[in-house]
Order: sequence, then C-alpha cells, then structure tokens
Amino acid sequence: MTTIPLPQISPAPHKVVTQESPWARWTLILLALSFLSLFLLLPLVAVFFEALRKGWEVYLAAITEPDALAAIRLTLTAAAIAVPLNLIFGIAAAWAIAKFEFRGKSILTSLIDLPFSVSPVVAGLIYVLIFGLQGWAGPWLREHDISIIFAVPGIVLATIFVTVPFIARELIPLMQAQGSEEEEAAIILGASGWQTLWHITLPNIKWGLLYGTILCNARAMGEFGAVSVVSGHIRGLTNTLSLHVEILYNEYNFVAAFAVASLLALLALVTLVLKTLAEAKVAQQTTRGNHS
Amino acid sequence: MSIEICALSKQFGSFTALNSINLKVNPGELLALLGPSGSGKTTLLRIIAGLETADSGQVLFNQENSTDKHIRDRHVGFVFQHYALFRNMTIFENVAFGLRVRPRKQRPNTREINRRVTELLQLVQLDWLADRYPHQLSGGQRQRIALARALAVEPGVLLLDEPFGALDAKVRKELRAWLRKLHNDMHITSVFVTHDQEEALEVADRIVVMNRGRIEQIGTPNEVYEKPANPFVYEFLGHVNLFHGRVHQGHAWIGDLEIDAPEYPEAEDLSAIAYVRPHDIEVERTLNGEPALAAYVAHILSIGPVVRLELTHGDDLTQGAIHATISKERFRELQLVKGDQVFVKPRRLDLFPNHAHNGSIHS
Repeated sequence: MTTIPLPQISPAPHKVVTQESPWARWTLILLALSFLSLFLLLPLVAVFFEALRKGWEVYLAAITEPDALAAIRLTLTAAAIAVPLNLIFGIAAAWAIAKFEFRGKSILTSLIDLPFSVSPVVAGLIYVLIFGLQGWAGPWLREHDISIIFAVPGIVLATIFVTVPFIARELIPLMQAQGSEEEEAAIILGASGWQTLWHITLPNIKWGLLYGTILCNARAMGEFGAVSVVSGHIRGLTNTLSLHVEILYNEYNFVAAFAVASLLALLALVTLVLKTLAEAKVAQQTTRGNHS
Repeated sequence: MSIEICALSKQFGSFTALNSINLKVNPGELLALLGPSGSGKTTLLRIIAGLETADSGQVLFNQENSTDKHIRDRHVGFVFQHYALFRNMTIFENVAFGLRVRPRKQRPNTREINRRVTELLQLVQLDWLADRYPHQLSGGQRQRIALARALAVEPGVLLLDEPFGALDAKVRKELRAWLRKLHNDMHITSVFVTHDQEEALEVADRIVVMNRGRIEQIGTPNEVYEKPANPFVYEFLGHVNLFHGRVHQGHAWIGDLEIDAPEYPEAEDLSAIAYVRPHDIEVERTLNGEPALAAYVAHILSIGPVVRLELTHGDDLTQGAIHATISKERFRELQLVKGDQVFVKPRRLDLFPNHAHNGSIHS
C-alpha cells in the first residue's frame, strides 16, 4: 500500500471574497445611518422635543385631561380584548396549519395574511357596511338597541381585524420547524390533549408567542385607519390615542398633540426593546431542537 | 406481550405503503423490520403504535383486537429516530413525564417517581446527566434517554423507529450491542425499524425483510442471510455478485462455466440469475483443469483481516465488476498485483431461474 500525501492546506486567505472594499463598506453604512436618522430618529426626537416645549406642567396637563384619559382607557380596552382573542386564534390557527394536513389549508394561510394586504380604511368600511345603520345587519341591530359602529365594539372589531396576522404568522414557521414528534411522544407516554398542549406545545413556543403578542399589542394600540372609519370621533367616548392626537393636531393644539403622541412613541420604544429580547430567545428555541 | 398483524393495508394517495401485511411478533422477541426507504416499515411500526391508522386489517396485542384502541391505551413505548426529547424539560423531567401525566389515582407519589427515574437513568448509565437539558447531550446520550423515557411507563411493547439512524458509525455500533444486552436483560417484546442490514443481522432475533409494502421474507438473521427467499432479499442483505446464465436439465451455465443444479432437473434452457457472495468466490492464478472464468485484477483493498478484490471480466455475464473477498494468507500466496490475470469460480451459488432481474437494489 502506498500512501497518498494530503495536499498542503494553505492558511485561510486574509481577504474574504465576499468582502467589499472599505470605501464601499463605509458608504453603505453611512447611507443607512443617515437614512435612519433622517426618517426615524429625527421624528422621534422631534415628538419629545415638541411635547416638552412648554415644560413639564403643560405636558402632564395634556395627558391627564379627561378626554386624553378616556382615549388612553379606550386604547387599553381595545388592546385588552383584541390581543387575547388573537392569542387564542393565533395558537389554534398555527397549530392547525403547522401540524395537520387538511383541505383548505392554503386558503386559511392566505386568509390570515389578508389584513396585511387590505388597506385598513377598507377594513373599517367593511364593518360600516355590515354593522352600520344602512348596513346589512343595521336594522336588526337598531331593533335590539345594539350599537357597533361609532361605538366601542366597532373599534374593538376593527382592531381585531388588523391584528389577526401577527401571532399566527410568528408561530407557524416556529411550529413547522419543531415538527410534531414531541407531541406524539407525549401522547404515547399517556398525556391527554390538554396536558400535551400545556406541558409540551406551549413551553416550546413561548418566546415566539411573546414576540407575536408584543407586535400584536403595538399594532392594536397604534392602529389609526380602520379605527378612524368606525369610530365617529366622539370625544371622551370613541377616541383612541391615535385619533385623539389627530383631533388635537387639527385644532392647532400642537403641544397637547405631541404630548399624547409621545405616549405612543414611548410604547413603540418599549415594544422595540421587548421585541429584541424576545427575538433572541426565539432564535434559541428554534435551534435548540433535537436536531442541533 | 405478543403482537399479531392481520391483512393490514395502508394507502397514501396513490402510493401503497402497506399491502396486506400478516405478521406475528412472539412475546419477548426482538424483531427487526428491514427494508429500503419507502418499503413501508416505518408506516407499519407507526400503525402498531397507533400513530397512524390502517385502511384495513387488524392489530392484535395478546390476541386482543387493538385496532381502534387509542394510543394512550395501547401501553407501547416508542423511540423516535430524532429522539423527540422534550426540549423544555430536564433529562429527569423527560423520563418522569410518563408517570407525572397519569390520572391522580394511578400516579405514583413523588418519592416513588424519583426512585423509578433514578433507577432508569442508572440503567442507561446516564444518572449524572439528570439536571441537564436535551440540547446539552450528545446524540447517543439523547437516544439512551429516549429509551429510558419510553421504558418509564413499563410498556408491554417497545417500538423503535430507526433508533440509531441519526448517529455516527462508532456510536451506532456501541448502541447496537448495548440494546441487544438490554433486551437480553429485560425481555420486552420489541420491534425496531432499520434500513441498515448489518444492524438488523447483528441485533435482531428475527428479521422481516420488506419491500414496496410487502414482506419478502421472515427469518432468523442466519436464515435470511444464508437462504434468501428471492433476488430482492439476496441483493438487499450484504454484498453479492450477480451472474446472468442459463439452466438446462439439472445443469447451469454461466458463460462456459458449468455448474451442477440438481434442484432444477426439469428445466429446459431457462434464463437464470445466480448470486454469489464475495467470500464464496474462489480465485486462482492458473487454470487447474476445472472450468473457470478469466478475469483481471482491477483494484485491491487490503484493509482489515481480509483482502477485497475487484475483478473485471470481459463478457457481460455480470453486473459490473466481480467482487471477491479472500484471506490475507491466500492473498500472500497468490501474490496478486493490479492487472494480473486470474481465474474465478463460485464455490457456492444460488440460482433463480426465469427471474427477470429487477436490478434496483445495491447495498
């Protein structure tokens, strides 16, 4: 037997083929940074700057006047109803799509994306068409003294519509990547359906669920278009935070408008931080599977 | 517990996964379902477990019809190819899971659970990993934990789906021997699926060779290796040389080589294929009066206790080169080098007259 000498492995070349020249790199970085500062950072700073222009007292007064508090309350209520409902729907839909084969699966998948592709204003109009006074269900609703449009239920409905995709979309790829072997193993070991959901499925998707919930919540609180159509803009009754900002702005009450807007901006910042934390955990949960 | 399968069929769309399978697994035996991918072996295992339902046919546990029994009530242990350990639980919790989810009345108390889990972890020799998470373990360790978890509920039957398929060669060999030993100690009726013939031959009490949804042969490792029932089994189990020839009145011809075939006295000039294992090929430097096939040494592989020769042959009697395995001593005697002419002759062969060769399997 003769031995064939292995070819000498040359040390890794210093210049990686996919690496651009320093000049190109710095141009790209600078371009991205200036774009972000101009369109994202500057407005954010402007919001707080304008809000505090006349000092703390005016700022606090703007966000604690009764109409503002009512708007805050309504926004929280809408989110408190829409987010849990979407949580349940999101888990159910993702479970069905990721773990079962059934007829109409692709239709369900595209339906979940519908709110992303439809303009929120159109979504609001659809509800007006259905539940409005002149709408299909209008006469029946009036007879029974139920108001949906220009009332809180309409706002909740519109909020649910625009936030449907967030949780399901986050969970489907995660659940598909994890497969259903762990659930099968649990059932063979004698676990019931609920025990399997509670001990196996939910813990495995908890970070993805949190991530989806954060995004869903941010959208629920910040939604403007769909809510604007169904709200009727009744001060202290059917105004959400975003709508309240618009009204104040249209009344040239800039300081108050920016003060309320700063609340939404703060929410966005908190969301961003939580989202980043959850994102890292999701990545961990996906890769820490049995296949790693 | 015994398992009996009667006329079991399963269709996935237009693909027939199982075609009227009949099989009996004796109590306490270790049975291998062996076959290429798509042969239906995993489907059969999953139907026994209750993870899939058959289109028709029955599964009986201890003579009791269990076809429509829910998975939970079948008391089977199942080991997955990719372990399927619960990633959010520690190793201890993984093994304890089957006991903890029991209804309150049947659930052992905490002390009892602790004792049982510790005992099982000792059995798989991994009690020192109790507090770790699955992702911190190697593949071989995970599969042993998966086995401990399956055994925790004291199943009547243990089912293993390609249990060593995802592991590297060395670990696979160790675990094979370990499983065999474990089975010798526990005597739990076990069925395992594999596409690795070596694994099946080494571990199983009996082997069921499957192909395209049918059972080709059932027998002990020795039986299926020494007396394959048909060409498929021959080609699937171990290396084999295939020769095209003819059979006529108790004699077979492969080229000019005449061989006695007393089992076929009535044959009238039938085409046939003959199988010869590499170690049943005799290699000589010169013709010693007896008929033999001339061939040339194309390649020599002399690693390990035997020398493997690849011999090219002029005629199209064979499929590709002839593979012969000879001992190191014989190799030294012959003093072969690449390009030498040799004469080969089968010491033992199996004839399958009139068989259209399916030519698909080369292991």
